[in-house]
Amino acid sequence: MKNLQRPTLVALALCIVQGTMAQSPKTEGWLSSPGVVGTMVLLGIVLFIAVLIIAAKVSRLIQQTKEKRDAAEGNPGATDEQQARRDAALHYRLRGDELGGTTTAFDDKALIVGATSEPNNPIVDEKIYSRARLDVPKPLQQLVIWYLAASTFWLLFGTTVGEYLGLKFIWPDLDEVAWLSFGRLRPVHTNTVFWGWASMAMIGLAYFVIARTSATKVHSYKTGWWAFGLINFSVLVGNILLMAGINNGGGEYREYVWPAMLPFALGLILTFRNFYATVKRRKIPEIYVSNWYLLAALVWTIVLTVIGYVPLYQNGLGETIIQGYYMHQGVGMWFMTFTLGLIYYYLPSSLNKPIYSYSLGVLAFWTQMLFYTMIGTHHFIFSPLPWWLQTVAIVFSMGMFIPVIAGTTNFLMTMRGSWSAIGKSYVLPFFLVGVIFYFVGSSQGSFQAFRFTQNIWHFTDFNVAHSHMTMYGIITFILWACIYALLPKMTGREPSQLLVGAHFWLAFIGLFAYTVSLMAGGTVKGIAWAEGVPFIDTVIATRGYWTWRAVGGTLMFISHWIFAWNFYVMVRQPLPLAQSPVTEPISA
Amino acid sequence: MINFHKDHATLVNVALMGFVLLSTGVAISPALYMQDNNAPLPGMPKMTEQEQRGLNVYVSEGCIGCHTQQVRNIEMDKTWGSRPSMPSDYYYSKQRPDIWHNTPSLLGSERTGPDLTNVGVRKGSEAWQMLHLYDPRMVEKASIMPRYGWLFKQVDSTAVKPDDFVLTVPADKLDHPGSKVIATERAKDLVAYLISLKQTPLPEGVVAEAFIATPGADGKPVAPAAAGAAAPAVDGSKVFTSVCAACHQPDAKGIPGAFPALAGADLVNEKDPLKMVDIVLGGYEGLPQYGPMPSQAHLSDEEIAAVINYVRSNFGNDAPPTDAATVKTQRAVLAPETVQQ
Repeated sequence: MKNLQRPTLVALALCIVQGTMAQSPKTEGWLSSPGVVGTMVLLGIVLFIAVLIIAAKVSRLIQQTKEKRDAAEGNPGATDEQQARRDAALHYRLRGDELGGTTTAFDDKALIVGATSEPNNPIVDEKIYSRARLDVPKPLQQLVIWYLAASTFWLLFGTTVGEYLGLKFIWPDLDEVAWLSFGRLRPVHTNTVFWGWASMAMIGLAYFVIARTSATKVHSYKTGWWAFGLINFSVLVGNILLMAGINNGGGEYREYVWPAMLPFALGLILTFRNFYATVKRRKIPEIYVSNWYLLAALVWTIVLTVIGYVPLYQNGLGETIIQGYYMHQGVGMWFMTFTLGLIYYYLPSSLNKPIYSYSLGVLAFWTQMLFYTMIGTHHFIFSPLPWWLQTVAIVFSMGMFIPVIAGTTNFLMTMRGSWSAIGKSYVLPFFLVGVIFYFVGSSQGSFQAFRFTQNIWHFTDFNVAHSHMTMYGIITFILWACIYALLPKMTGREPSQLLVGAHFWLAFIGLFAYTVSLMAGGTVKGIAWAEGVPFIDTVIATRGYWTWRAVGGTLMFISHWIFAWNFYVMVRQPLPLAQSPVTEPISA
Repeated sequence: MINFHKDHATLVNVALMGFVLLSTGVAISPALYMQDNNAPLPGMPKMTEQEQRGLNVYVSEGCIGCHTQQVRNIEMDKTWGSRPSMPSDYYYSKQRPDIWHNTPSLLGSERTGPDLTNVGVRKGSEAWQMLHLYDPRMVEKASIMPRYGWLFKQVDSTAVKPDDFVLTVPADKLDHPGSKVIATERAKDLVAYLISLKQTPLPEGVVAEAFIATPGADGKPVAPAAAGAAAPAVDGSKVFTSVCAACHQPDAKGIPGAFPALAGADLVNEKDPLKMVDIVLGGYEGLPQYGPMPSQAHLSDEEIAAVINYVRSNFGNDAPPTDAATVKTQRAVLAPETVQQ
């Protein structure tokens, strides 16, 4: 462990010193460049955790064998009687019926709901069932379920498009229909999973948090339904227009023309008003830290949308500065900030304990605002944008380590002591993956901002790997965790554990195959470009990686259909409250 | 006393003001500065109406998703332009087209396809551009670009009007032997826009920003080739792959009916290389069954000599070589505007 820490620290220190200053990139020593080393360390972390778990198991096995051998050898100075007693003690094993009696048992108070000697799932561990049932007001329950239903629909639609696009890299002649062409469908995929899937799911999950943590009723359900309609309308119309060839200007994530994006912005404003009014009438003096993140994310994103769409300063390279700012803040101030707010509620509540440190949460909040806002231009390193602006972006990208480490520490320390609960829960593995990717994906993004790593990685498939690591590894996994945590408590219906497991592993393995293949492919491509290899040869060289990406993407895609089925099972027919074993009331 | 924990109004207002303040500093005011402090380079051509319409097609079809238009100031981007891009380059192209759209986001973020800053110089042939849009794999087998069939029409050859652009599609690729593929207005606009993409040379005496050099293994920058020492020999095969192979194909056999073969061609095997030098420098329209070849005078004397020698001694060709000095002499006659002092 000690040996491992040193190179990591050295790498980190090197990054901070060299990364921000190094202006002349060299391709020879690319393997030892701080950004590359950093990224490898991060990928190593994921691998390391897996190895750690296996090592612990092996070491326990060895220990047990050793104990047995010691016991067999015996103690030369002991008498026969002592030796016999010792042997008996060493071989003592519980029979399992020590606490039982011989009389027949009868369940007088009907405490046992169901009993079986055969587990449901012969191939996987039995997980703990969600016991507590929340008495959620009917209108809130419906609002949350419909937001999540819409988001699930957009997830299926958006990733069907994504899967199809991934296949076009291998078979570019799949079709020749204008509406399905790569250039038009690409923004349909990104905008749908952004504004349709993630945004709808986030808002739906937050309606529950905002009411629960304020110990009050949602201010206005009607406003919630209006926002629901506006946002769905925006995604629907925006997508149709994109497929018809009506594009705002090609800037990523603002491809919807303003008349199509306007309903989305109105939806956000209504949601903010609703959340704010709910927090305002809270029955407890403090504003829970989740609500800091939720309210701020809404305010910031409304500002962001306005700045992104107002044309007054967007001619010439003004547009490029706004583009870097907008696409980064779209992810940072909306998805990341809002999702953090959700973790601060759903993670501790799933573990049934408080968050480790409230103060770390507050520190992460303000540093999130300060550092995230400044780094948009790191998408345009070496571009004709002002050099000072690029340097600011790189320096503040390093600053991102502060909120990221604060957040990760907080979540991991909250989980500490409950590790065994992870194996027994079908919700917590999603949280664990989300939190690990929060650290790995965000830090990897900071390393990618260095001038050297930009040199070889920018414009390659590496970017695509990074965006899936974050939007999928962090945001999507956390949203799934929250959905699986909330819905059974709300409806009393649990999904099949086998299918939740299938969802988890297909998504996780798929994502790994997806990102690792594109990172490797992107690196190969970037180095080939630096060496002056003709462009078309680098396209040919990337083919194998694109195939693996399609394989990973397909696994992810299948997992979404399983998720959709699980979702359907959870909401199809809410169980009447009376039939639930334990009920926990929520203020009405 | 400010208490964020209990005062929701203060919390939200501070978060709002903080974000607005930071955003103004890092986004709005630099953007405003970049917008207002910009002017076209002297001699930079204004976009024609057709080119402007072509740019709109470029945005509408999502070309920006795969193609960048920025030559970065690093060594590897030398392939895409003779100097790093600068704000003035975008003076005409990055203007808000109308009330419904934003300024096109031309710089891009992905190079799934090549950078297009200078594509009008590299691939200046209208015939190639049309054919490439119609079916990219007809001219570049490994390409993964979509086919843009909806920008073209297949009509009966009797229905072709005199001002139609007829594509040089090989006969076996047509649905009916008697039909012709013609370009729609949108295709013509798009190709006009693509061919207009050329870096404007800097005014005389202005030195372009240097590309950040790639240091050697010892960490010290490699001395630039212009420093008087012998320049490294140009690899003719690389020039062929990146410039000529697009039309004449990697095996130099061309595309029958579209682009002539170089392998075994009489013109290539002529003893005197002068005619070939002239064609590369000045372009060629001598073969009516093929599209016109645009001038390749943007290549250096050394590159032209190297690629000519490569073609003349490969693909089954066998003819005596030429040299950079000959190219230089011919350049002064055929393309005097590209002679470098």
